[in-house]
Amino acid sequence: MAGAIWAVCDMVDGLPTRHGRELATLTWALGRAASRPTASVLVGPGASAAADAIASHGPDVLAVDADPGERPIAAVTAERVAALIRERQPAYVLLGTSDDGRDTAGILQALLEWGALVNVSAVRWGDDGPVAEVSVFGGRLVTESRLTQDHGLIIVRPSAVAAEAAERPGGVERIDPAPGADLAPVRVVDRVGEASAAVSIEEATVIVAGGRGVGGPEGFGVVRDLADALGGAVGATRAVVDSGWIGYAHQIGQTGKSVKPQLYVAAGISGAIQHKVGMQTSGTIVAINKDPDAPIAEFADMMVVGDLFEILPRLTAAVRARRA
Amino acid sequence: MRIVVLLKAVPVVGTEKMTGGWLLDRSAGLESNGNDEYVLEAGLKLVEAHGGELVTLTMGPSPATEAIRKALAMGAARAVQVVDEALAGSDALATGRVLAAALQRMEFDLALAGADTSDGQGGVVGAAVATRLGLPYLSYAAAIEPDPAAGTVRVRRISPTGYDVLEARMPALVAGTQLLGEPRYPSLRGIMQARSKQIATWSLADLGIDPASVGTPATWSAVLTATPPAQRAGATIVRDAPEAAVERIVEFLAARRLI
Ligand SMILES: Cc1cc2nc3c(=O)[nH]c(=O)nc-3n(C[C@H](O)[C@H](O)[C@H](O)COP(=O)(O)OP(=O)(O)OC[C@H]3O[C@@H](n4cnc5c(N)ncnc54)[C@H](O)[C@@H]3O)c2cc1C
Ligand SMILES: Nc1ncnc2c1ncn2[C@@H]1O[C@H](COP(=O)(O)O)[C@@H](O)[C@H]1O
Repeated sequence: MAGAIWAVCDMVDGLPTRHGRELATLTWALGRAASRPTASVLVGPGASAAADAIASHGPDVLAVDADPGERPIAAVTAERVAALIRERQPAYVLLGTSDDGRDTAGILQALLEWGALVNVSAVRWGDDGPVAEVSVFGGRLVTESRLTQDHGLIIVRPSAVAAEAAERPGGVERIDPAPGADLAPVRVVDRVGEASAAVSIEEATVIVAGGRGVGGPEGFGVVRDLADALGGAVGATRAVVDSGWIGYAHQIGQTGKSVKPQLYVAAGISGAIQHKVGMQTSGTIVAINKDPDAPIAEFADMMVVGDLFEILPRLTAAVRARRA
Repeated sequence: MRIVVLLKAVPVVGTEKMTGGWLLDRSAGLESNGNDEYVLEAGLKLVEAHGGELVTLTMGPSPATEAIRKALAMGAARAVQVVDEALAGSDALATGRVLAAALQRMEFDLALAGADTSDGQGGVVGAAVATRLGLPYLSYAAAIEPDPAAGTVRVRRISPTGYDVLEARMPALVAGTQLLGEPRYPSLRGIMQARSKQIATWSLADLGIDPASVGTPATWSAVLTATPPAQRAGATIVRDAPEAAVERIVEFLAARRLI
């Protein structure tokens, strides 16, 4: 049988992330189209406990309960996955674009001498291999690319597919491969939790983002209220992150996150190119801005000319009333 | 402290275009990659604090020189540019191979890379280079604190729930983010001085790399199609008073089944 298709799925706090479950679903779909076996690889403490959750998406699960101890999880994952790939020789390995996913992918590239399709927003099975869709030049162009070899890494963005349960779950195999590399030691001396950091704007289906127009840290109150009412996450421009009004985890754009929610509400955001490249592939874009000539008018679907402090609270109330 | 900054020259964001052969056009108008300027700034501050020298390393065609000159004007002591016609069309795998071979010929305590690039969008080259050279790899840095006496470096790495503090022995490779701080502007004096600073150019032959192992012939990805995304219809402009405006937004969102 032709080589398998694998997903390497991230976990946070012992649970697979939504992004990880999407990769499992995507791998399952590709495996069916290609008539190839599929597997999801989970590495980390609690991997076998989390295996059932990921098995429900179809692929078999390879659960490696490796304890990273004081080492970064990406290094531990890369060592084990490298060993598994050498031993079982899958053809294609999907990883996520999360920080850990990219670190793992970069290490694997060097260990295996495998090339990669990067920053992929969708994958379909082509004539004889995967075909990846990539949004390039800040969304001005969409390319389709294939691997030039019969194997390789595919690094996939969140929301390439919706995570779905398969008709029947995959089997679970617990394994403990010896590390396939001896990476230079790095020690995690401390892990610090910050309430403000626990946001994953990349996974949100609705984002309400605020820019300098919110006027100050308190100005994010009306942004947050609308995000809550819509069941969404709060985004931000670099200008407000630099000003310390909100954390970097919220920043969208060239040196922040790239997002593709179904709805993006931009409040008090001018729409600079470095912001635009991180959000212009969003489904629907609604902008609220005092200035009718702000550049964001050029790529929004609705441009509301007005004061965000007059619009947002009323919009929040209207959304709540509708939902009630 | 001897620091090498991996500095990529990228097309100015918003002006990128393709060549006939579906490669990214790098024939003009290159600037330093945003994230690479943050690590450059962090590196310059470290040299100011601990003494030593900062050198930039760029793999890129001649128009990259403009970005390199700016880094020299900001305070880098000298620069290395790997230039070779055979490099055109190189993917991340080849880039990692070439940068690792170049770094191997340089002396450093810290190699600094950006978290990712605006054109490559991979965010994988730093990890690959570190792995090839057997260097500790510390990524997504919001702060870099070397302890030259102890020969170690600490990095604050952004995590999904806050941050981790990582520690490793030097030499090490650190990939950094915007949180390292705003890059400085080159001073007039810096710009003048940069003119006489040295940019060493290395070829693939200098690095002992087989040209067939890089560039278009060795790339792992081939573009099949490139099309502009579906155009938006153009914005519906709403200029009503707040109450009426909100009614229109709600209608609009409801029609699109977003609420
Ligand atoms: C290398 C590099 C990387 C960058 N990366 C990023 C990035 O990742 N993300 C990013 O966002 N930016 C990035 N930038 C910065 C970018 O160029 C812009 O400076 C930034 O996006 C502007 O943020 P803003 O829209 O909040 O502020 P401004 O441009 O100041 O816009 C504020 C807007 O608010 C409107 N406004 C004011 N008051 C009100 C009100 N009461 N009601 C309604 N509207 C109001 C104004 O009309 C204006 O349009 C980067 C820049 C560089 C050089
Ligand atoms: N051609 C290059 N020359 C110098 N540094 C590079 C080059 N390509 C990538 N890098 C470094 O690797 C980082 C990550 O790049 P990438 O994986 O392509 O997103 C960049 O921020 C640079 O620091």
